Amino acid sequence: MSAELDELYQSIILDHNRRPRNFRVMEDASTHAEGKNPLCGDQLTIWLKLDGDVISDVSFQGSGCAISKASASLMTAAIKGKSREEAEAIFTKFHGVVTGTHPEDAEALGSLKALGGVSRFPLRVKCASLAWHAMHAALLRNDAAPAATPVSTVSTE
Amino acid sequence: MRTAGAGFRNLRADFPLLAANPGLVYLDSAATSQKPGVVLDALRTYYETVNANPHRGAYKLSGAATEAYHGARAEIARFLGAADVDSLLFTRGTTEAVNLLATGWGVPHVHRGDRIVVTRLEHHANFVPWQQLARAVGAEFRICELTKDGRVDLDQLRLLVTANTKVVAFGHVSNALGTINDVREIVKIAHAIGAVAFCDGAQGAPHLRVAFDDLGVDAYAFSGHKMLGPMGIGGVIVRRRVLETMHPYQFGGDMIEFVFDGDTTWNVPPHKFEAGTPNVEGAVGLAAAVQYLDALGMDAVRAHEVALTRYAMEQLAAIEGLQLYGPHEADARSGVVSFNLDDIHPHDLSTMLDVDGVCVRAGHHCAQPLMRAIHQSATVRASFYVYNTEADVDALVESLQKAKTRFHAHA
Repeated sequence: MSAELDELYQSIILDHNRRPRNFRVMEDASTHAEGKNPLCGDQLTIWLKLDGDVISDVSFQGSGCAISKASASLMTAAIKGKSREEAEAIFTKFHGVVTGTHPEDAEALGSLKALGGVSRFPLRVKCASLAWHAMHAALLRNDAAPAATPVSTVSTE
Repeated sequence: MRTAGAGFRNLRADFPLLAANPGLVYLDSAATSQKPGVVLDALRTYYETVNANPHRGAYKLSGAATEAYHGARAEIARFLGAADVDSLLFTRGTTEAVNLLATGWGVPHVHRGDRIVVTRLEHHANFVPWQQLARAVGAEFRICELTKDGRVDLDQLRLLVTANTKVVAFGHVSNALGTINDVREIVKIAHAIGAVAFCDGAQGAPHLRVAFDDLGVDAYAFSGHKMLGPMGIGGVIVRRRVLETMHPYQFGGDMIEFVFDGDTTWNVPPHKFEAGTPNVEGAVGLAAAVQYLDALGMDAVRAHEVALTRYAMEQLAAIEGLQLYGPHEADARSGVVSFNLDDIHPHDLSTMLDVDGVCVRAGHHCAQPLMRAIHQSATVRASFYVYNTEADVDALVESLQKAKTRFHAHA
């Protein structure tokens, strides 16, 4: 068994893939955005409920690979109850860890650090980032409300 | 290593990339093939001994480049069974060839109320140009559906091809399922009402003997890089009576005859459809590739692939939870097997196979309308070519078994 694959597909990742948390449509969301990866057909929607500056609820739905699904699931747990700025700051740290540019931030990520193994698979970084870009787009869209067109994000890193 | 198909030697040594990577199991030839040393040598020799801009110079070297370019055209036309050498138009590949047909032939010939028919098997390059042509001119765009095992439903096609149908565009071989279409029957259906029949041979020309003059199609498009040639070269052979009615779709360079202040006249085909400095390197490389395929013999290439595909289908079918898509018989396919394993996303499978040195394609294979029809967002595709052996299939199967174990360990 390959050690790098063990690191990529840790049991927490496989568990979140199989039993994604906060996997539901949110009817009363403040904002939402879709993330799409046309290359592999991954597609998910992130819903956020904002209570002032705080993300009081977050959910997602969609289909994708284990990495993108687990990342979305872990993200919902990580940003619930956080302020917008805190959520964006976690995204920045997360991005540095999955791209391998700031591996030292992994410990600060809590259970999200399970996705650190992605840094050894550059082709999978966009899978891990898909939900996060959608979250970011949903926050931007809320700023620009009322949104005229659906927002889709395609991560290019 | 064992190799499938009697009398076909293991060819890895002919392919520098494969020879340099003994552990690599390359199963993505439907995306692009590896290149034999003779093709790489031809590119180098061309630049070292011939390079100049063809057609333009009145000096010997330019004459040699012109000769190399047209010599390559003749070689490729011969390989594809077209006696009319100048009816072979070079393009960057199949995608550009279909766009050339949809624009250069489609715009002057397809009008509001006309019908364009394609099949559910098409990859985007032979789907979207026709869809967009239909939108631009107000024509009706219809898609012929498939039978349960992934073949074009010819009975439905007969109903869809009505008197107002101007073109039937279809692939020779499906890149996603490997299905080989009945070209002659589709041509018969199109020609019965006077429609033209355009065949996308991106996945056909590398694997099957193409006898253009006997096939009956009005145009046959192909890509060089999928048939052992370089990237950025391909073309389309167009039946003369159709070619004569096509408009150029790019302007500049050799395609021009005389330019006046108010209008311009065109050079004759094939130059009329080859604007700008041509890809002489690509043409020369592709000519070397078809000579290599010729030396193997396309019948032997086909026999090798059928044997390998049959072996792969048997081995894969034995993996519990593996779902194969497409025709059930190996000889109804080109060397392509498309599948999913349990609920493991193809992208995850591809990463796990990659760690074992097994290169497969995971995704929708640029055939989203087809993926929707088989109710999958993506599949894993293993595609074979002349250099693959049964050992490659064994490596694929072993790696899939490992991936299955890994994925279900935490269930």
